[in-house]
Amino acid sequence: MPNSKLSFTQRHLHLDGTLLVALLLLSGVGLITLYSATNQSLGDMQRQFMRLGLAFAVMLVVAQVPPLTLRRWAPWVFLASLGMLVLVLFFGTTGKGAQRWLDVGLFRFQPAELMKLAIPLMIAWYLSDRHLPPRLPHVIVAAILIALPTGLIVLQPDLGTALLVGAAGFFVLFLAGLRWRVMLTVIGGVAALAPVFWFFVMHEYQKQRVLTLFNPERDPLGAGYHIIQSTIAIGSGGIYGKGWLNGTQSHLDFLPERHTDFIFAVFSEEFGLTGVALLLGLYLFIIGRGLYIAANAQDNFGRLVAGSVALTFFVYVFVNIGMVSGILPVVGLPLPLISYGGTSMVTLLAAFGILMSIHTHRKLWAS
Amino acid sequence: MASGDDRERLKDSRREQALFTRRAVLAGVGVTGLMGLLGGRMLQLQVAGHERYSTLSHANRMRLVPVPPNRGLIHDRNGLILAENQPNFQLLVTPEQVPDLSATLDGLRSIIPVSERELERFHALLRRSRRFEAVPLKVRMHEDETAAFAVHRHRFPGVDVEARLTRHYPHGPHAVHAVGYVGRLNERDVRRLDQSRYAGTSHTGKTGAELQFEDLLHGHAGLQRVETNALGRVIRPLERVSPDPGQDVYLTIDSRLQRVAEDALEDFAGSIVAIDVRNGDVLALASKPLYDPNLFVNGVDAETYRSLQTDPDKPLFNRALRGQYPPGSTIKPFIGLAGLDHGTVEPRDRVFCPGHYSLPGISHRWRCWRRQGHGHMNFIDAMAQSCDVYYYDLAYRLGIDRLHAFLARFGFGSRPGLGMPGELAGILPSRDWKRAARGEAWFHGETIITGIGQGYFLTTPLQLAQATAILANRGKGVPPRLIRAIHDNGSLETRELGVEPLQELVSVRDRALWDHIFASLEETVHGRRGTARGIAENLGYRMAGKTGTAQVFSLAPDQEYDEDEIERRLRDHALFNGFAPLDNPRVAVAVVVENGGSGGAVAAPMARKVLDAYMDLYGKAEA
Repeated sequence: MPNSKLSFTQRHLHLDGTLLVALLLLSGVGLITLYSATNQSLGDMQRQFMRLGLAFAVMLVVAQVPPLTLRRWAPWVFLASLGMLVLVLFFGTTGKGAQRWLDVGLFRFQPAELMKLAIPLMIAWYLSDRHLPPRLPHVIVAAILIALPTGLIVLQPDLGTALLVGAAGFFVLFLAGLRWRVMLTVIGGVAALAPVFWFFVMHEYQKQRVLTLFNPERDPLGAGYHIIQSTIAIGSGGIYGKGWLNGTQSHLDFLPERHTDFIFAVFSEEFGLTGVALLLGLYLFIIGRGLYIAANAQDNFGRLVAGSVALTFFVYVFVNIGMVSGILPVVGLPLPLISYGGTSMVTLLAAFGILMSIHTHRKLWAS
Repeated sequence: MASGDDRERLKDSRREQALFTRRAVLAGVGVTGLMGLLGGRMLQLQVAGHERYSTLSHANRMRLVPVPPNRGLIHDRNGLILAENQPNFQLLVTPEQVPDLSATLDGLRSIIPVSERELERFHALLRRSRRFEAVPLKVRMHEDETAAFAVHRHRFPGVDVEARLTRHYPHGPHAVHAVGYVGRLNERDVRRLDQSRYAGTSHTGKTGAELQFEDLLHGHAGLQRVETNALGRVIRPLERVSPDPGQDVYLTIDSRLQRVAEDALEDFAGSIVAIDVRNGDVLALASKPLYDPNLFVNGVDAETYRSLQTDPDKPLFNRALRGQYPPGSTIKPFIGLAGLDHGTVEPRDRVFCPGHYSLPGISHRWRCWRRQGHGHMNFIDAMAQSCDVYYYDLAYRLGIDRLHAFLARFGFGSRPGLGMPGELAGILPSRDWKRAARGEAWFHGETIITGIGQGYFLTTPLQLAQATAILANRGKGVPPRLIRAIHDNGSLETRELGVEPLQELVSVRDRALWDHIFASLEETVHGRRGTARGIAENLGYRMAGKTGTAQVFSLAPDQEYDEDEIERRLRDHALFNGFAPLDNPRVAVAVVVENGGSGGAVAAPMARKVLDAYMDLYGKAEA
């Protein structure tokens, strides 16, 4: 049965070589940038290297799980994640002003991370059993399934993750062929509800971030400081950049959170537009490869999950770079595979593991 | 059916796949479009805005910091250093850059000992400091403390150890009223001083020579471009325009003579001023009690300052310039000369002293200090024995107008012109003065007591010394001066300041009249009955001098005078003025001892010590 179109790595390791190389390349760029952003801290490098190793291992493991199994597990993983999200609201431990963590004795665990994986699986599971495009009742059920975890994560509050979870679910719906008029109606509704959100749901600091986006100078040493300093860093990089380890904005402490959410500013300052073009190209390539894998998947479940993973990855990139370059409000999302930090990286590569599993467990016919 | 179902499902599946592919392509287009948007933003920032952001990033990291010039040194006339700069390590706190001041102070105290006094002084300085000015918490850091801080430095943003030059007065209180001290700039100083010249400077002269010669001592600030991080901490210096260092100043003060004068005053409050009569050089400018100027350099703590303020002897008070005392009998040589010049008295004329003086038609009796009277007194006797009656009569016959005009030529009633801020002019009473100051007409009786330097008459020790110098020069004089030479630290050249030519300030109708004054003042010291005869013993040179005793309060005419019964503070001030050597005067001296009691017994010996020292140091070499 296995076809010669599957390469060695695909057949035996269930890994997509092309995607793997691109991801490793990106991780390499991340380590190089991180070395500069942490002021050449070998300790930080070592920790990041370990995390990457762990994340790639998780990817390898997930890739071995056949899509059919994933599909069978999907509702249970979703229900478990949802249950933990509820638990976290009541028993979660607090960190950085938000209740995100569940203390499981041995380690702390972020159910929202698991939900990032569970939501596309769940929505794809729900829709792929039915005819596509989904009919309105199914869309409504799917929307509720998306809204529940997203709402719970907003309450933590963790706007960035909520955005990703919501987006991941929405992308499944979109790829499943959600009708345009439904989409437009929803968009209109959201626009109508925006003031309600502004006045009743959003936290003061979140409002500040939005206001700051439109006018960073209103508080140049407070909320606007991040954006002003990061745009200075990016702009001063110019076409060729200041050179690796030579970014003055980053090395002289002007740039806050420079090794986590704002690492893109360090990268742009040191490598300039040239580096940025290559980096954006690499991201585009990975997303394109993801969409290619999705298009070549053999069933609706595989297509929808793979497409959602690829597009959610794009949301990461777009929201982070948009925020750092000052065209989106400050939302705490890392730059995938470049920013320092572990949890989200493991989830991300697990998602790519799913993508690879979908791609490498195809049954191909000679025809 | 089954196959039809299958075909149906296959058809469905194909349609669904096509739908998915359409959507996926659409998503791909959307992704590419949004990536393009990011790319466009990057173009906007990195190409279009590059220049602007480069400038901003440059401005972020570069800072111009002023480099304060090294303050010039202060020497005495022979090059002895009176004020210098000492390098030391200071622990500086810039409050604007400290996130939590009290936590930072607690943290610092846990690694470096900071005393309550230092803390209190720090808070006092903090209240007066300018924005973004680094305020010293510890002024002198020990090496261990510096090392201890270096280890923990990262924990304390806004706190730094800096090597700075601190003004230091190596002889402590010695000559403090002449040298003065520097202190930290306050708001008033900042408004007064040239901002660009004082950029980066933390101290300025507050009193004495430090204030008077501030312009010379300070120099001009330089500039340095430095690279800083977001916390404003300097990473490395780049280019630099060196400051022009301040110029060294050589005072006219002779530290050796100054010390003799200070020691001579013992524990009395008072002042001794010695002036070189030939060029106006102030050789000694002593005021007692002294205090340590080093206390003030980096801010004095409240307790010490309070004790200096409340000390009844007022150590901070510069008596030489600002102490105003009735001249008492030390004014007699000047009044005597006025009498001779106007022909009011002839040297041989004799006046009978019965112990008191009265005017026809006025019941008031002006007492002579010698109750039993001096008997018949000629000019020389009256001077040597300081007969009050003779001078009551002389003053009365001269009249206040002629008296005032004549004494004004010796500088009484006007600032001596040393140039040190705070000099006072004393009071030389006149009809006009009284009308302006008191709104009253002048009384005859007031002329009479002016004759013995009492009443409204007030003079400062510097003024009295200057008048005595003019007397010693037979009417010629120059304003007193405190600076002798300037050493330029840029060109390394020392420039002696030219001496102003002596001016004929007081001319009398016959130059021989001076001889009578000289003779009478010689008799005061060397004569058998002179009031200062006590100091003539073993005197290796001839000198002229006059004692004075100034009343602090007036006695009722018939009240007994008993020193023991009067509290020390109400005792008379003891005065002396004189010059030496007699035949070729070179140095004039004035002594005022507050509550010293007797001019002859207390002030005259002090003057002699100073004159002895002068003759020891200069007399033989130049004679």
